[in-house]
Amino acid sequence: MAHVPPPRHLLRAKDLADARYFEPLDVDDLARAAGLSRAHFSREFRGAFGESPHSYLLTRRMERAAALLRTTDRSVADICFSVGLQSVGSFTTSFTRTFGSSPTVYRATFPPAEHQARVPACVVRFYGRPQHRTFREDSARAPD
Amino acid sequence: MIRIANSQLWVHDQDEALAFYTEKLGMEVRSDVTLPEMGGFRWLTVGPAGQPDFSIVLMAIPGAPVMDADTGQEVRDLMSKGFAGTVFLTTDDVHASYEELKARGVEFTEEPEERPYGIDSGFRDPSGNSFRLTQVNEAVVPG
Repeated sequence: MAHVPPPRHLLRAKDLADARYFEPLDVDDLARAAGLSRAHFSREFRGAFGESPHSYLLTRRMERAAALLRTTDRSVADICFSVGLQSVGSFTTSFTRTFGSSPTVYRATFPPAEHQARVPACVVRFYGRPQHRTFREDSARAPD
Repeated sequence: MIRIANSQLWVHDQDEALAFYTEKLGMEVRSDVTLPEMGGFRWLTVGPAGQPDFSIVLMAIPGAPVMDADTGQEVRDLMSKGFAGTVFLTTDDVHASYEELKARGVEFTEEPEERPYGIDSGFRDPSGNSFRLTQVNEAVVPG
């Protein structure tokens, strides 16, 4: 069967979910972007992309949250808000359902973010340098 | 094979920069780690969603002893004059990107205009760093 590309208005809604997941977007916003009623939009979206718009938006948020848990030292609550979700409780529930473990347990299965951050040697050399302390023997010599 | 992994930009304020690069430019956070053993140094990197192997390091201007106060001030001065470097972004549709970024509050210094190499526009980040946003003509894309 020939491939029929999804209609442009549905793609616009999908792109919006991918691009603006960190805003408090919901399915109503996506339907509005597509210019359709919510029920009609959800049916068409599922027909075109094989999953509901709600699930598409949520999995985008879960993918970003998982990346932030692995690559940052931000708190779980911070990460929840920074992927556009308002409730830490439902974030934790969705995350656990998606990945099979809670955000905290998931994070603990990876090396700490600072090990992955690959802070370059030049930065470590500069920032890791201790403050110079003056000792008594220096001040004894100071008049020279 | 040598590849570009990260490139660093000085920023006045990392939180302000983070909000700009993610919420306004739509980039993703790649790394955000604060290291207490390095005096609270924060390694903060962002990058475009469609380009996972390249990041911009948003680097705070350090104080002494890493950078002396005079040098720090010189860096700030250069940034505020717009001489601290430029990031060159490309897009498939500069008019659409321009409208989108403008609607999110990005202040453009140059609106999209036809150039021999494509359609080019420019804006600044909150620290004064200069950005080009260009729709490059097919014929002049290197490679």
